[in-house]
Amino acid sequence: MKLKMKELRRALYIFATEKTVGFTLISIFLGLVVGALFLAVAGFNPFRAYWIMLQGIFAKPSYISYTIIRATPLILTGLSIAFAFKTGLFNIGAEGQFIIGSVAATAAGYFLHLPLLIHIPVVIISAVLAAGIWGGLAGFFKAKFGVHEVISTIMLNWVALYFQNFLIYTKGFQKPGGETSYSIQPTANMMILKTWKQSEAGREWLLQHPFWKDLLRTPMNWGFVIAILMAVLVWFILNKTALGFRLRAVGFNKFAAEYGGINVNKNMIISMFIAGALAGLAGALQVVGVSHKVTLIAAMEGYGFDGIAVALIANSNAMGCILAGLLFGALKYGGAKIQPFMQAPSEVVSIVIGSIVFFISIPKLIKLILTRKSKKGGTK
Amino acid sequence: MIETILSNLALILGTTLMYSTPLIYTSLGGVLSENSGVINIGLEGMMVIGAFIGAAIGYYVGNPWIAFIGAGVAGGLFGLLHAFASVTFGANQVVSGIAINFLGIGIALFLSRIFFEGATMTKSIQLDNKMPRPLNGVFPDGSILNTIFDNQYATVYLAFIMVLLIWFFLYKTKYGLRLRSVGEHPTAADTLGINVMGIRYFAVIMSGVFAGFGGAAMSLAIVSNFRPTLISGHGFIALAAMIFGKWKPQGAMLACLLFGGAQGLAVYLGQFDINIPTQLISMLPYVITIVVLIGFVGKSSAPSADGIPYEKESKY
Repeated sequence: MKLKMKELRRALYIFATEKTVGFTLISIFLGLVVGALFLAVAGFNPFRAYWIMLQGIFAKPSYISYTIIRATPLILTGLSIAFAFKTGLFNIGAEGQFIIGSVAATAAGYFLHLPLLIHIPVVIISAVLAAGIWGGLAGFFKAKFGVHEVISTIMLNWVALYFQNFLIYTKGFQKPGGETSYSIQPTANMMILKTWKQSEAGREWLLQHPFWKDLLRTPMNWGFVIAILMAVLVWFILNKTALGFRLRAVGFNKFAAEYGGINVNKNMIISMFIAGALAGLAGALQVVGVSHKVTLIAAMEGYGFDGIAVALIANSNAMGCILAGLLFGALKYGGAKIQPFMQAPSEVVSIVIGSIVFFISIPKLIKLILTRKSKKGGTK
Repeated sequence: MIETILSNLALILGTTLMYSTPLIYTSLGGVLSENSGVINIGLEGMMVIGAFIGAAIGYYVGNPWIAFIGAGVAGGLFGLLHAFASVTFGANQVVSGIAINFLGIGIALFLSRIFFEGATMTKSIQLDNKMPRPLNGVFPDGSILNTIFDNQYATVYLAFIMVLLIWFFLYKTKYGLRLRSVGEHPTAADTLGINVMGIRYFAVIMSGVFAGFGGAAMSLAIVSNFRPTLISGHGFIALAAMIFGKWKPQGAMLACLLFGGAQGLAVYLGQFDINIPTQLISMLPYVITIVVLIGFVGKSSAPSADGIPYEKESKY
């Protein structure tokens, strides 16, 4: 029996220290423990809180759907930042690129009148291009003038925020009497079965099928599928193409890459363009799938900053971004429910996420704890 | 005519000082940490917790200085956390800094809900319990000096004293030299018997203290409470100012003043009925910063060992 425990510890040690996935899972667990400690000290039952969160994520089809809808933009901003990380750049600007993407999508969705199957792609492509250029701008500033991308993207975030607010107060774009833009044309709407849901036949069918009725209550759309496709695409570009090889080479060692004949400046701009495009896609999908318009924003909404955490939890792995985004979306959506149900601060979710990222930053600590334990087991 | 121009300039200068102050404290924190070789992207989170603790102590205790110091202590504790990860455990400093940002806003709002009846906004500090305004009413009414200094809080003056102190510390004392040597070449510093780990701990904790001050300069002076969007990005702007100022206290101060100045200009222009929408004017500080960076400042260089965890050579 003792021997078995020892073997188990050894297996755990290998799992936690030599496999990235294992280490990430342990960090997530520890993050949840820290959150529980905060709740417990504040006088709330942490088990009840996590149970409410779990129910809030899985208890109904619509909850699952909302979780996925919440996760979709985070997967994409996470991908944007992970992509930049892999190429040696720190894209703090996903926030602003998201904004530019959603503004461009709203403009193309409202002003253009196109047939159903063409309108959505046109909207998305124009948003992706606009946000790509916005991101590429930071790459250009860095390549041409040596401006640190951290500064330029932070500044561009604010410029984007005020630009959106400026457009919202612009005649022709502002919906009269509101602090929002006009909504996009129905042809640009990507909600699944939108017209059928409201039709006579649809309503009748849904009445008899409560599962589908609940599921379709949400603004369910194709965004999640697109996000997954993008993760595959990013993985493919980075690992299977010459472009990806060049970009990673620049990220790995700028000087060696230059010596090897790679145009570092050009690749920096391309990398920021792609990162911007991904974050812009997140904004576009949010508009065509969920919000259908843009509204006045007083402060940063956090899609870009949350994306940084997603990329870090995913260890900048494209596929990992899907899972980390889902985790993040679930925590945010489910976590919000502990406020009304038990008056516990839902901000505990930020503490959990912060702690997860914190533990991820210190693999050595976890290694140390586990070696101590296995050593103790050995001497017994 | 000249008088109106002067009084307008004074008005802009006054707002400039007000808006720059929280940024100056926070970017000084960045200067300390990064000169010792530890990237501190967690300034935002440290600023948030400082702003909250400052507002909370200010409300419950009523003494602005106790609140200000409390904010520094809270920021320092977050600095300790960052040092623990990045100095002792050789963490990727960007990652632990991002963690600090989430923890800062998370813990601040969590505590706010507990101590302020479930609200994410703290109750306002009474006017008498805010930071004092030392030069209030000293200069004659309507004079230019009065326009500049009348409404400035003590935190403003203290910020500039701190710039001087940090500058003196870094460039005129042996401890400052040690701190910089640890950031430039830790191995060499170590062979000379300098305690690399100790100095980095000190620098990172102090950077938290200063970021905490920065947050409190916001919640105890410019406004009189804490709310979720109070800091929203100012820590990042201070970080940018620190890089912009080439990792030097005086440079960071100038960058913060430029930023505050652009903001002051935006506020000044905003009061007229001119045909520029306020949203575009609000963009000004950020656009000016980018333009200045493109036009006037060349490539900036960080301390050589910035961001690289230091490990002693293994003895085996």
